[in-house]
Amino acid sequence: MDFPYIVEPRRDTGLYNAKLGIWLFLASEVMLFGALFSAYVLLRVGAEPGMWPHGWLNVYIGTANTIVLITSSITTVMAWVSCKLRQYGRFKFYHALTILLAMTFVCIKSYEYHDKFTHFEITLANGKFADGHLVERSKDFDLEKKTGSVTIHGYEVDHEVELMDMHRPEARHLQREEITIPATEIKMMERYGPWHHTYLAIYFTLTALHAFHVICGAVVISFLWGPGTKMWRTDPERFTNRIEVSGLFWHFVDLVWIFLFPVLYLL
Amino acid sequence: MSDHNVASHETHSVRGYIFVFIALLAGTVLTVWASFIQFPSAEINIAVALTIATVKAFLVVAYFMHLISERKMIYLVMGFTAFFFAALMGLTIWSLAPNSLIHI
Repeated sequence: MDFPYIVEPRRDTGLYNAKLGIWLFLASEVMLFGALFSAYVLLRVGAEPGMWPHGWLNVYIGTANTIVLITSSITTVMAWVSCKLRQYGRFKFYHALTILLAMTFVCIKSYEYHDKFTHFEITLANGKFADGHLVERSKDFDLEKKTGSVTIHGYEVDHEVELMDMHRPEARHLQREEITIPATEIKMMERYGPWHHTYLAIYFTLTALHAFHVICGAVVISFLWGPGTKMWRTDPERFTNRIEVSGLFWHFVDLVWIFLFPVLYLL
Repeated sequence: MSDHNVASHETHSVRGYIFVFIALLAGTVLTVWASFIQFPSAEINIAVALTIATVKAFLVVAYFMHLISERKMIYLVMGFTAFFFAALMGLTIWSLAPNSLIHI
């Protein structure tokens, strides 16, 4: 059975099925991310004065990932142009670059996540706070039994609020050093995971959902680059449409990041 | 469209794509640079960053996603989406006003 309008557009809408389908899907995606951006606004405005973090993420790494995604957008559109011009070799080249760039994005994001999960805020028994990345735990370290010690590379501050705005001039002058803290002096120790702060909760939710989209898009593009190219020989027009539709999704992923980057890294 | 016309049209488009790509890179650098400037209020910093992001988003949607030359049906779908997205954000911001009718 042949389905109509798989390749040729419908006369009334001027669209083939997949193109209308992807735009309807993207419309639902706009509302999905819109709801999470709305949650971000409410969490940020609802935070206690001075308790919304600034400078917790590395701007240069975020910028690098933005450039990676923007570059992948042009390679995607160039892959589609190559299909339109029936230049199979160029299509393979551009989409190979897209896949590599997608993998680069995910690797950089994983590094950022690793950085957060090895970062600790330690509430000390004397009421002060130690903050930094874990260097090592002694073999007998047990916070409940109060045995052993933990070493971090970071600094100590008197108040938790001092850990919030890392753009402050005073924060820039904090000297990072290796600090060993016995378990007996630790009241609480928490990773910079989603549970640590509402900022991190919305950061991980938004970026993990976005990274999931990047991975899904990369899987589809990889299929079209690999086994999916069989269609190029039998029905190049339909294959070109598939490249266009997957490209529309990829550009949307780039679009979401264009807003995520300033909202989470810069503001 | 003949093969020659397709080639000519796409070659012309490629120049546009490269221009958009350079504009997006410049926009990214501008966003980062602007974030290091201390404007008189944080609201201005937010407005500047979101304005640059909106311009970048327009370039991606209009040229990479070809929305600028799409069919009416797509405009209809995205028009509805834009309306509901604006309503969602509008209600969110309205809910933050002290005398808002929406309580959170």
